[in-house]
Amino acid sequence: MNLLKKFLFELQEITNLIIFAFLGLFKSPRYLKEIIRQMDLIGVGSLPIVLLTGFFTGGVLILQTYPTLVHYGAQAEAGRAVATSLIRELGPVLSALMVSGRIGSAISAELGAMVVSQQIDAMRALGTDPNRKLVAPRIIALILMLPLLTVAADVFGLLGGGIVAKNLYGLDYNLFITSVRNGITTEDILGGIIKPLFFGLIIGSVSCYKGLSTTDGTVGVGRSTTSAVVLSSIVVIIFDFFLSRAIQSIFDIKPI
Amino acid sequence: MFSQPTEDAANTAEVTEEELAPTDLEDAVDEPERVVPAIEFRDVHLSFEDNKILDGISFTVRRGETKVILGRSGGGKSTTIRLILGLLKPDSGQILIDGEDITEYSEIEMMTVRAKIGMVFQEGALFDSLSVYDNVAYRLHEQGVAESEVETEVRRMLKFVDLEDAIDKMPAELSGGMRRRVGIARALVGDPQIVLFDEPTAGLDPPTARTICELAIKLRDLEDVSSIFVTHEMKNLEYLSSEYATVDENGEVVFEMEGEKICLINTEIVMLKEGKIIFTGKDEEFAATDDPYILKFVRGK
Ligand SMILES: Nc1ncnc2c1ncn2[C@@H]1O[C@H](COP(=O)(O)OP(=O)(O)OP(=O)(O)O)[C@@H](O)[C@H]1O
Ligand SMILES: [Mg+2]
Repeated sequence: MNLLKKFLFELQEITNLIIFAFLGLFKSPRYLKEIIRQMDLIGVGSLPIVLLTGFFTGGVLILQTYPTLVHYGAQAEAGRAVATSLIRELGPVLSALMVSGRIGSAISAELGAMVVSQQIDAMRALGTDPNRKLVAPRIIALILMLPLLTVAADVFGLLGGGIVAKNLYGLDYNLFITSVRNGITTEDILGGIIKPLFFGLIIGSVSCYKGLSTTDGTVGVGRSTTSAVVLSSIVVIIFDFFLSRAIQSIFDIKPI
Repeated sequence: MFSQPTEDAANTAEVTEEELAPTDLEDAVDEPERVVPAIEFRDVHLSFEDNKILDGISFTVRRGETKVILGRSGGGKSTTIRLILGLLKPDSGQILIDGEDITEYSEIEMMTVRAKIGMVFQEGALFDSLSVYDNVAYRLHEQGVAESEVETEVRRMLKFVDLEDAIDKMPAELSGGMRRRVGIARALVGDPQIVLFDEPTAGLDPPTARTICELAIKLRDLEDVSSIFVTHEMKNLEYLSSEYATVDENGEVVFEMEGEKICLINTEIVMLKEGKIIFTGKDEEFAATDDPYILKFVRGK
């Protein structure tokens, strides 16, 4: 019961945070510079790890599925196999998890440290709403950058898959590319871009909330950092299921 | 801020309130904001969980007045100041700023109230990610003031706290006392009419502490600023309650001791004990008290 109460309370607080952050967007001063700075930090900064993740995920997908495909005599479909799972699922989810580890922790640690050193209070005392100055730019930057990062991860995943298929299994590049192109649909690509929009919102709002609700000094900063990463990762994974289902029914995707 | 003092010391160092000339009283009626206190607490209660911090606090800070708040560590002094800024809300009671009841104000409504208040935080609370310049300029940047104007103002404030050399440093490169002084400069930018000092001299050497007290005295006597000055140090209390600032014939600010003829009425002491106010009054009354708690607080034993 208490746990449920706590959950509902946090849900309400996070919803409020999102609402206030977005309402603030329509008032001046607008923190455009801050948004761009965060986009650079979040997007450009996370590019290397997201690309690496994508590349090796694509590689390992081929590595593991190719022998099975050979068994069924379907090695020509290798590209399709990587592309669908990568673009529909692994690209969005793995990018979101990497970003929640790298950026979610950074956000909640930074905001948490600002809370315990009274910088948030000072900011409020100087007439600035931290929701608008700190929270909104971070959430917006995450919503804008995560889809881009996901697409980059997808591309590198296909690249990794192609390279592994060619070098380990001797599959021709053209064959691989053709099967990728036959395999993916516009709906897959759209779905793969819609998901990270939501994941960005989740990671941003959960991490900002956890950071801003830090108590108990520096120990509290560590605690809120941990729970920001854990909570946002779990919510991303759970949300992914329901989002996938919703996208399936919206785009009317049928099992092939 | 202090280059063109407009008010003379007579305004702030009258003999007693009752002896106000009739014309002054009429002035007071003409300017209703002079009779409305800058800060007023009405029976404010606040607890953290089971811990009663403030238990029925009532006091007022008039315009141009300084209230020195004394009390032991953990006695609720910083909490009182945070209530004024609306960073915390009381459990019951009212808080009025310039006659406006801010108790129920939302965060957005508080923003206009906070614009007239400068706050010096106990720990400095500088923004780590911003340079000294940007810290001091913070309020002006948020208001979208032109950069040339911002720069003149920031340099003037930093000169004032004697930190011009540190303008490009980051807060992490400063000593504790320097951070505090940057915090003071940041709080005073934009000439707020109410200034809250939370132990601004703690951990500073005596001359620097003296400079900060002089600053508070100048704000009080020459700028008509209302302030709250939280401190543990008796030396600060002595400066604040027995000296006043005035401008001599050369236009220089000088500090004079109150004496036979002039008795300072714009500084009062508020003593907190276990969430209640056990003393309010002038320093002479404070010195003459025989309350054992106060005597122990003053002497330390
Ligand atoms: N957020 C909070 N949650 C719980 N208790 C708090 C909180 N803030 C302050 N307190 C408690 O309130 C009491 C008063 O704190 P406050 O900071 O006002 O003291 P203070 O008079 O400023 O002390 P000092 O002179 O040491 O600065 C302390 O006992 C402190 O433990
Ligand atoms: Mg304190």
